[in-house]
Amino acid sequence: MDIATALFYLVAIITVGSAAVVAFSRNIIYSAFSLMGTFAGVAGIYVFLGADFVAAVQLLIYVGGILVLILFAVMLTHRITDVEITNRAAGRIPALLAIGIFIFLLVQTIRETSWAKAKEILYAPTTARIGDLFLENYLLPFELASLVLLAALIGAVVLSRKELRE
Amino acid sequence: MAIGLTHYLVIGAILFSLGLYSVLTRRNAISILMGVELILNSANINYVAFSHFSSGNVEGQVYAIFVIMLAAAEAAVGLAIVLAIFQIFHTIDVEAAETLKE
Repeated sequence: MDIATALFYLVAIITVGSAAVVAFSRNIIYSAFSLMGTFAGVAGIYVFLGADFVAAVQLLIYVGGILVLILFAVMLTHRITDVEITNRAAGRIPALLAIGIFIFLLVQTIRETSWAKAKEILYAPTTARIGDLFLENYLLPFELASLVLLAALIGAVVLSRKELRE
Repeated sequence: MAIGLTHYLVIGAILFSLGLYSVLTRRNAISILMGVELILNSANINYVAFSHFSSGNVEGQVYAIFVIMLAAAEAAVGLAIVLAIFQIFHTIDVEAAETLKE
């Protein structure tokens, strides 16, 4: 096993392990913090896939933005010391059975399908090509994305302001 | 065995299942949102893996960036709704918040 393979398995174990903590932990603070391991591990997986720009975006938006938002929400809505009641889960056994069957079916499908193969696998910088695609083929979705973000911004402000009672 | 497409797809499948488990079992609204984030990340891994191994161009990465953008918008609005629910019901247990108005 060479170094790249070992590194891949290390990143994969970090990703899946911290995702398991997110799903199974009894304490919501542990869940929120191990979400950081998952996001950073996924960024590492993007690096292995030669997607440098997406990895940077993942780190900036998920670890720098969404995770901070989630931590704020956790801290604002809980008495942190009440470990037992903060992260209740119900129906564990049926859900475990369901996702066990589901993951088995998914892995069988992944193994038995003959996926299309690219002619050559490139490890070139991708930022310039992504920028070209955004301003040529995907110009309309790109502009719509800015509208969606504006709507989300206004919606979040309207939802979280205090109602004025008369 | 060299690292190939299958490895990445299996990681995506495991992340998706863990996110689905969170969404199914959690009673805390923020934990449910964390499960949704796991699901979106697994979809992104599949997009980027197929763009690397199957198509050979970067269009899958463009889609992944759109998904990340929508996830950011979803997190902002979703957490604002959670905070509004907390102000009204003083809990974010989704079983306690059954009505749309207090």
